[in-house]
Amino acid sequence: MKPAALDYARARTLDEATDWLAESDGNSKIFAGGQSIGPMLNLRLARPGKLIDIRHVPQLRMIEADSRVYSIGATWTHAEIEDGMIEDPTRGLLPFVARGIAYRAVRNRGTIGGSLSHADPAADWVSTMAAIGATIVVHNSKPGLRRIAAESFLLGAFTTQLGSTDILSSVEIPRFSPDMRWGYYKVCRKTGEFAKAIGTCIADARSNIYRVLAGALNGRPVLLPNTAERLKQDGAEQAMGVVRDEIDDLLAHLDNPHRQQLTVAVQRSLIQLASPRSS
Amino acid sequence: MTHENGGEGIGARVPRKEDDRHLHGRGQFTGDIRLPGMRDVAFLRSPVAHALITRYSKPQGYENSVFFHGDLAGVAPITTRSSIPGYKVSDYPALAAGRVRFVGELIAMCVANNRAAAEDLCELVEVDYDEIPVIASSKAGLQRDATLLHPEWGDNLFLETSFDRGMDGIAKAAPVAVELKLSTARQVMHPMEGKGLVAWWDHRAGQLVVHTSTQVPHLIRIGLAECLGIPQAIVRVSPPDVGGGFGYKCMLMPEEIAVAWLALTQKQPFRWIEDRREHLTAGANARQHEYKLKAYADERGRLLGLDAEVAVDCGAYSVWPFSACLEAAQAGGNLPGPYDLKSYRCKTYSVATNKPPFAPYRGVARPGVCFAIELTIDAIAKAVGREAWEVRMENLVAAAAMPYTNITNKHYDSGDYPASLLEVKRMIDFDLRRTLPPRDKKGRYLGIGFATYTEQSAHGTKVFAAWGLPLVPGFDQAHVKLTPDGALEVRAGIHTIGQGLETTLAQVAHEMTRVPLKDIRVTLGDTANTPFSTGAYASRGIVMTGGAVSRASDIVAARIKAIAAHLLQVKADDVTFREGRIFSGEASVSYADVGRAWYIRPDELPDNVDRSGLEATAAYKPETDNGVFSYASHAAYVAVDADTGLVEILDYAIVEDCGRMVNPMVVEGQTYGGAAQGVGTALFEESPYDDNGQPLASTLIDYLLPGPTELPRFRIHHMETLSPYSAHGIKGVGEGGAIAPSAAIVNAINDALSPLNAVLRDIPATPERILHAIAEARHNTADKDAA
Repeated sequence: MKPAALDYARARTLDEATDWLAESDGNSKIFAGGQSIGPMLNLRLARPGKLIDIRHVPQLRMIEADSRVYSIGATWTHAEIEDGMIEDPTRGLLPFVARGIAYRAVRNRGTIGGSLSHADPAADWVSTMAAIGATIVVHNSKPGLRRIAAESFLLGAFTTQLGSTDILSSVEIPRFSPDMRWGYYKVCRKTGEFAKAIGTCIADARSNIYRVLAGALNGRPVLLPNTAERLKQDGAEQAMGVVRDEIDDLLAHLDNPHRQQLTVAVQRSLIQLASPRSS
Repeated sequence: MTHENGGEGIGARVPRKEDDRHLHGRGQFTGDIRLPGMRDVAFLRSPVAHALITRYSKPQGYENSVFFHGDLAGVAPITTRSSIPGYKVSDYPALAAGRVRFVGELIAMCVANNRAAAEDLCELVEVDYDEIPVIASSKAGLQRDATLLHPEWGDNLFLETSFDRGMDGIAKAAPVAVELKLSTARQVMHPMEGKGLVAWWDHRAGQLVVHTSTQVPHLIRIGLAECLGIPQAIVRVSPPDVGGGFGYKCMLMPEEIAVAWLALTQKQPFRWIEDRREHLTAGANARQHEYKLKAYADERGRLLGLDAEVAVDCGAYSVWPFSACLEAAQAGGNLPGPYDLKSYRCKTYSVATNKPPFAPYRGVARPGVCFAIELTIDAIAKAVGREAWEVRMENLVAAAAMPYTNITNKHYDSGDYPASLLEVKRMIDFDLRRTLPPRDKKGRYLGIGFATYTEQSAHGTKVFAAWGLPLVPGFDQAHVKLTPDGALEVRAGIHTIGQGLETTLAQVAHEMTRVPLKDIRVTLGDTANTPFSTGAYASRGIVMTGGAVSRASDIVAARIKAIAAHLLQVKADDVTFREGRIFSGEASVSYADVGRAWYIRPDELPDNVDRSGLEATAAYKPETDNGVFSYASHAAYVAVDADTGLVEILDYAIVEDCGRMVNPMVVEGQTYGGAAQGVGTALFEESPYDDNGQPLASTLIDYLLPGPTELPRFRIHHMETLSPYSAHGIKGVGEGGAIAPSAAIVNAINDALSPLNAVLRDIPATPERILHAIAEARHNTADKDAA
C-alpha cells in the first residue's frame, strides 16, 4: 500500500492551482487535508500524475460575510469549525456537525472543501450543506466562478458537478435568524465511522425556511418536502408522523433496514429540533 | 505496585518490565530493522478465487527481480500431515504452482529498493487465468456436485469427524427439545503489528538469519529448514518485538518461506512487511462456523443430551503446524462447555473453500462453541420458563465434582463454576435490574446475558498428539544463570508478544531465587541463544515456561545457597534468602559475592565445590498433558435500540479463575484485551465474501473493529483456585477473555428483545441483523394473529 510515483506541487494562488489543473489535462489531483486522497493514493485507487497542494493558498482561507450570507474558504478544517475559529451563522449546527466527523486527528487536517469535493454520500458536510441550502462556489480559470446549490452538487456517490479543471473554492452558508432551530442525527455503528443514515432538519420561522433531509444514501441526499411542510404547519411532532411514508416513497430502492434507519434518523433530528437544547 | 503482602514474586502487581521501551516508542519491531543494502519485497497476489494459471511472464528487464514458483528450485510446499485417519493433506506452495485457490494467494515475488517500487513491479507482471467455479462457503463446499479445490481428494473435506455417546433414545424420552441454527462470521485477527520479516545471510555464522514477527520462533526454524531443504543448524530465527499475535503468528507463512529463500540464495537482506489490506484480504482468517444444534432437557432445564453438527469454513489450505482440523477438533471437544452432559453426539466438517487458510485465533473454536452452547442454554431456559442463570446453575459441573472428566474426556482439574456464575450475577446487579422496566428513558430495550466457559490451557503432548498434529509440544525448557555481579539471566525459547512474559517469568525466577526483580533479565525467542520451546500459543506460556523457569531457578537457588553457605562458613540448610541478600543468622553475603566467588575468585572456594556452576537448564511440563482448566463467567447488560438496531453495552462483569495469578495486573490486561476482541466478535467484525470468493472488507472502513468508545468498562473479579497439576497452581489466561463476550452479549440482546419475540442467531449482531430479527418477529406475530 504505497502510492505510485507522482509529482507534487504547492500552489501559491488559486489561479496557479487551476492553471496547473488545466495543463495536466485531467492527470492531476487536488490535495488539501489529504484525509481522503491520502488513503486512495496508498491503495492506488487514485493514480494522478501530479498532486496540487492547495493548503497554502490564502484565497481559500478567506471569509466574506454580508447580512445574508457567510462565505468560508474551502480549506478551513473540521476542527477549526468545531472549535469556533470562524463565526457560526447556523446557531450551533456547524460546530455540532464538525464535532461528529471521524476522529479529531482526521478533523485536524480534513477540510470542508475536500470533504464536499470527495463527495462520499455518507459525509456529514454533504448532507448538512444540502439541508441548510448552502451554495458551493467553484473556481475555474476559464469561465471563472460558478455557484451550485449544495443540494444538487452531487451527481452520485463520489461524483460531483466539479469538472476536471474546477476547484471548490468556498461555501456560502446562509445566515439564519435567531429563531432558527435545527436537528442533526446520524446512525453510526461506532464513533468516527461514516454514517449509515443521516437525518437533519431546520426550521426558521422568521425567514420562513423549513427543510428536512435524509442523507447517507447511495448518491446525493434527498430533501423531504412533505415532512418539511408538515413541520412548518404543525410542528416537529406531527412532522415525525409523515417521515416514514415519505422516505418509503422517495427511497423505495433502498433496503428495509436502511430506510428504517433513515426514518429514525430524521425523526430523531426532529426531536432534537423540538428540544430546548438546540436553540 | 506490589503484592498485598509486599514483594515482587508470584502474585505481585508489579509494572511490566517491557512497558518502559514500548511506552517510549523504543521497541524494535520488524519494521524498525534497517540493514545496509536491504531490499523490499511486494507480492503479486491472485485477483481471482479459483483459477488455473495459463500463462505468466516477467517484465522485460526485471528478470532477476521477479520470481515465480518455478524459480524457487528445491523449495517444498507447506504440508501439514496428520495422523488422524481420513485427514486430507493440502500442498500449500509458497508461490502458486499453476493453480490459485483464493484471492490473495501469492503468485509472484517482486523485489526492489523500496516497497513502492516493488509494488510498481507487481503491476508489470502479466498473468492469465482460466477461472474455475468458486466454493465460497462451507455449505457450497459440501454440495454433492461441488467443484473440488483439491481434485485428488474426491470431496472438499479436510476432515469429517463424529462422536456419539449415550444419545440413543434421548430424543424420544426428553420432555423438552430446542433446535438452533447458528453462525459466526469469518473474522480477521488484527494484531496492531501485522506479519512481517527481515531475512539476511550471516557470513560469519554461516547462517540464514530470520527476524520474523512470530509467536513460535523455534517452530519456524523447523518449518523453514524443512521447506527450504536445509539443515536447521544454518537457520537462526531471531524474532524482534512482536506487536500482538493472537494465533496469526503461530504458523509458518508462505511469505516467510519466499523471503527466506531470497536471502538464502542471494545472500542479501530482504524484507516484507504485511500491509493492512493484505492482512484483511489474504491472511489471518478465523472463526467462521455454522452450527445445527438439537438440545434435550427435562422440565427444569437439566440437559439430557446434545446433538450437534459443526461446519468450519477452513479456506483453501491447511496451515502448519496447527492444521486445518484443529478448529473442528476443538469445537467438537469443547462444545459441552462447563456443563455436566451425559449424552452427546457431534459431527464436524472441516470444509475446504476458496478463501485464505483458516488460522487458530485466540480461543481457537471456543468463542464459537461458547456462543453455541450458551445460546442453547438460554433457549432451554426460555422453553422451560426459567431464568437463564437458573438453568446454568442446574447444569454447571459442581465444585464438589472436581476433578471432573467430561463426556469428551476433558479433565476439569479444579474450580467452582457455579460460584463464578453467582458472583457475576451479583456484580451485574441482576436482581435489582430485573425489577426495572424493560425499556430505558430513551426507549431502548434492556437485557442481561450470561456466559460461562472453561478454557483448556497449557494442554500438552497427549492432547496435541490426539489431534494428529505433525508437531507435538513436550517439555518446555528454560535456562537460568547468575552473573558474576549477582544478577540473574533467564532465557527461554517462548516469545514475548505483548503478553507480559518478560515480567511474569522474572517474577517466577524472583520467587525461587529472591534476586531483586530489577536484576533479573529475561531473554526470549532467539533460537541462537534460548533453549527449545514450541512457543507462545494455547495459553501455555506462564504454565509451561513458567514451570521451567521455576525449576531452573530452584536448581540455581540451591547452588547459590551452597556457595553462600561456604562463604558464611555454615551449612547450606542454614542459609535463607532475605531482603535481596543471603543470610545465616545476622551474617549475610550478597548475590554478587556468590557470583564473584564462582566466576572470578574460585580460589576462595573449596576443592570439593559443586561443579555444576551457577547456571541450569530445566525442562518442565505439568503432571497432566490434559491441560489445566481456567474458567470464567461473563455477564453483559445491554440496551438495544429497536429503531436503529444499535447496541450499547451498559455494563460488563467478569469473574475469572486462572489459578494462581503470577501478576494480577497482567491477568487483567489479558482479560481486557481478550474481552475487547470478544466485543468485536459480538457486534462488529465480519469479513464477508461474495459468491465469486472476493473479500468484501478490504479496508478498515468495511471491517469494523471496536474502539475505546465502543467498549464498556470491564469489571473483573478474580477467584483463585490452584491447579493441583501445575507448578505453583498456575493456569493459563491468554485466550479466555475473548471466549465469552459474543455469547454473553447476544444472550443479553435476545433477553432485551424478548418483549418483541425477536431472536438473534448469527454474529456479529449488526444493526441490519437486529432490525431483520425484529421485522421477522413482527411478521411471525402478524401471521399468528391472522391465523
